[in-house]
Amino acid sequence: MIRVALPSHLRALARASGEVELDISGPVTQCTVLDALEARYPTLRGTIRGHGRGPRRAFIRFYACEQDLSHQDPHSPLPEPVTSGAEPYLIVAAMAGG
Amino acid sequence: MSGVRVLVGTRKGAFVLSADGRRERWEVSGPHFAGWEIYHVKGSPADPGRLYASQYSGWSGQVIQRSDDGGQTWETVGNQFSYDGTPGTHQWYDGTPHPWEFERVWHLEPSLDDPDTVYAGVEDAGLFTSADGGQHWEELPGLRGHDTGASWQPGAGGMCLHTIILDPGRPGRMFAAISAAGAFRSDDSGQSWRPVNRGLQSEGIPDPDAEVGHCVHRLAMHPSRPDVLYMQKHWDVMRSDDAGESWHEVSGNLPTDFGFPIDVHAHEPDTIYVVPITSDAQHFPPEGKLRVYRSRTGGDEWEPLTSGLPQQHCYVNVLRDAMAVDSLDSCGVYFGTTGGQVYASPDAGDTWAPIVRDLPAVLSVEVQTLP
Repeated sequence: MIRVALPSHLRALARASGEVELDISGPVTQCTVLDALEARYPTLRGTIRGHGRGPRRAFIRFYACEQDLSHQDPHSPLPEPVTSGAEPYLIVAAMAGG
Repeated sequence: MSGVRVLVGTRKGAFVLSADGRRERWEVSGPHFAGWEIYHVKGSPADPGRLYASQYSGWSGQVIQRSDDGGQTWETVGNQFSYDGTPGTHQWYDGTPHPWEFERVWHLEPSLDDPDTVYAGVEDAGLFTSADGGQHWEELPGLRGHDTGASWQPGAGGMCLHTIILDPGRPGRMFAAISAAGAFRSDDSGQSWRPVNRGLQSEGIPDPDAEVGHCVHRLAMHPSRPDVLYMQKHWDVMRSDDAGESWHEVSGNLPTDFGFPIDVHAHEPDTIYVVPITSDAQHFPPEGKLRVYRSRTGGDEWEPLTSGLPQQHCYVNVLRDAMAVDSLDSCGVYFGTTGGQVYASPDAGDTWAPIVRDLPAVLSVEVQTLP
């Protein structure tokens, strides 16, 4: 079970409260986590990355285990604490906007 | 008793303002989609319960919302706006080619007779349509693909397609306006387009016959007389009597002819409204006085409407999509300001009162007249 923390504006869009929990079979990567998230919440498509596994939106960041994963290969395995559910995968709205 | 529903898009959410036909006591619902920029909310003429809203954030981009109960509940629909084919380039501010990039939806125009069909005017300027209630969007590429498209340049606010007008008397005819390309007309349901800008004079364009490059801020039409169009241009208020084939200036005695919105009285095709703004560098009313100007002669002769509007220390702006009229017997006129006020006049502009005073900056105002 993978834990995903969404920024508040996306929790509201998805009508989700608190962390989201996802079951993923196969490799757990940033890409497969986002695939599962978008499958569970289709309204999030296009709001975190482009449609069809497109690029990360400029002001969305990805963190886990106190690391910024935003620029890492989206197909690389996520850290074990994320795959085990000990730590959440954080989707963060960058400090921008108004 | 009949009533009205005013649909307000703001920098931080949408609001729905409702009143009966007297338009004296208002119920305020919102913010819907709190924290998001709501560029436009508009109802279907064929089904007043059906609303579409354009929701945007710098973090997460474009979302489209749809309501089937007049804005009480909403459903998130499709947000994939992909330009047709290889998008190519338009001109950037410095004159260099710049790839066409979708940014946001400025304006949603529901079909006159089918609640599931809706048009979207987007930045970078393009026209999209959905035939399934907003779930899927396809570009009508004939507009962006016009021979002049590669030469279009953005205005200061971005290269937005902000106005879509459907001709109720001539199926297939529609108008669109783009900052800063100009006005365009289609006679085949949006498949092909041509610029309709003859007669526009724009500072900064040396060629007086320039086909495109004009910063049109807004177009308006009365449905009973669709060949007459009114335009608020960057500077100049203009009129066409031949469906855009030619334009002539009707700024007349306005204190300044810079502004953004323009609209037409619901029952008097020659009665039009503008909100003069000091200049392109000073986006606030002249002398700090918020005045709507009304012409009952289709332009040229204008009178200031001030009763109930602040006549000192007022430095708000009224954006291009932030004025609307209802179609009750005594035509109501509405506009919203960047200061968060939404003003209503139940008597065609003679007197005004704020419905709300302290919303976020208002981006758009539409009104539905309800049975």
